[in-house]
Amino acid sequence: MLRKLLIAMAIVAGAAQPLFAADATSDPKAEFKAFRDYFTKRFPKVALDDFVNGPYSMDEGLRKQWKAIDEFPPYEFAVEKGKEMFATPFKNGKSYGDCFANKGVGVRQTYPQFDLKSGQVITLDMALNQCREANGEKAFDYTKDDMAALTAYMAFTSRGKAMDIKIPDDPRALAAYTKGKQYFYTRRGQLNFSCASCHVQNPGNHIRTEVLAPALGIMNAMPIYRSAWGGMGTTSRRLRTCNSQVRGVPLKAESEEYRNVEYYLSYMANGLPISGPGARP
Amino acid sequence: MHMRTLIRIAVIASATGFASAAFAASAEDFKAAFDKAQAADKQAAALHNQWTTTESELKKAKAAADAGKFDDAVKAAQEAEALANASVAQSKEQEKLWPDAVVR
Repeated sequence: MLRKLLIAMAIVAGAAQPLFAADATSDPKAEFKAFRDYFTKRFPKVALDDFVNGPYSMDEGLRKQWKAIDEFPPYEFAVEKGKEMFATPFKNGKSYGDCFANKGVGVRQTYPQFDLKSGQVITLDMALNQCREANGEKAFDYTKDDMAALTAYMAFTSRGKAMDIKIPDDPRALAAYTKGKQYFYTRRGQLNFSCASCHVQNPGNHIRTEVLAPALGIMNAMPIYRSAWGGMGTTSRRLRTCNSQVRGVPLKAESEEYRNVEYYLSYMANGLPISGPGARP
Repeated sequence: MHMRTLIRIAVIASATGFASAAFAASAEDFKAAFDKAQAADKQAAALHNQWTTTESELKKAKAAADAGKFDDAVKAAQEAEALANASVAQSKEQEKLWPDAVVR
């Protein structure tokens, strides 16, 4: 116990001092520019579109391994399964395609969306479950298996398309964006880490054997096959794992916090290509 | 209160726990310590910032109490309370500090 507290104390004492002035208001356009400038200036040799490849954009050795693995991508089975699921009609005869623009093909880059009717962020995963329930089907688990397969297929149909996240002119949308930003920069868990501690302050550095991915474009590869999981996982699964890794109790999959942080990070990735489904160590 | 101060208090509380363990604890002592830990953990839950280590210590405390090992149970409950209090302090502190880290 004492050791655990001392670890926490050491981390607090050694935490990086604030680099920027305090201000909790949001100016998405200005923050988008600052965020992009931060990464491109810090990693001038990384091509802008390459940030979506996460740790592979940071580490040449890892990149070589990835290129070799990608000859037989581990997410391929999920894409095939998702394609079949997507084409299979519900019991009422309708299908997933009926719930989305362009029949659901090549639309992943437009999610998450802020829904003006419900006043909340709707992720692709949530839209899929809403579609199922509207058609008399049970919702899928939000972390893996069927949901990961469906989103893998939908991401695959959007590969190369530029992330295109809108913040409607509605104070609730701006509030959701701001809450997502707050979640991203808030330290939590006994290890006292925020998402930014790893993915803004330390991309390219190692935590144990893992090379930390840059936050810029980090959502573009979702969902991912993660070797550490031995399978596919959704954005919610990855966020829950991040919480556990800093000794925080994970939130419920697709909780408001997770959806908002996905909204914030996806907006920051506007213009960068969808690379999902991805494969990660 | 600053996070570091809170953690120092937690360390002292933990050390006090070690000292008090020299006296044989009763089921009532455990219940009192466990209730306090749970109350602190409930605050952390309301802030959506429970620590996994708090949950582990609570489980450990309950298991020790079920086995009749009240000294161990009280110690684990006190540890859980200290951790939960530190997580609450972290949330309250971060409420003010997070904007400092935003890339601008």
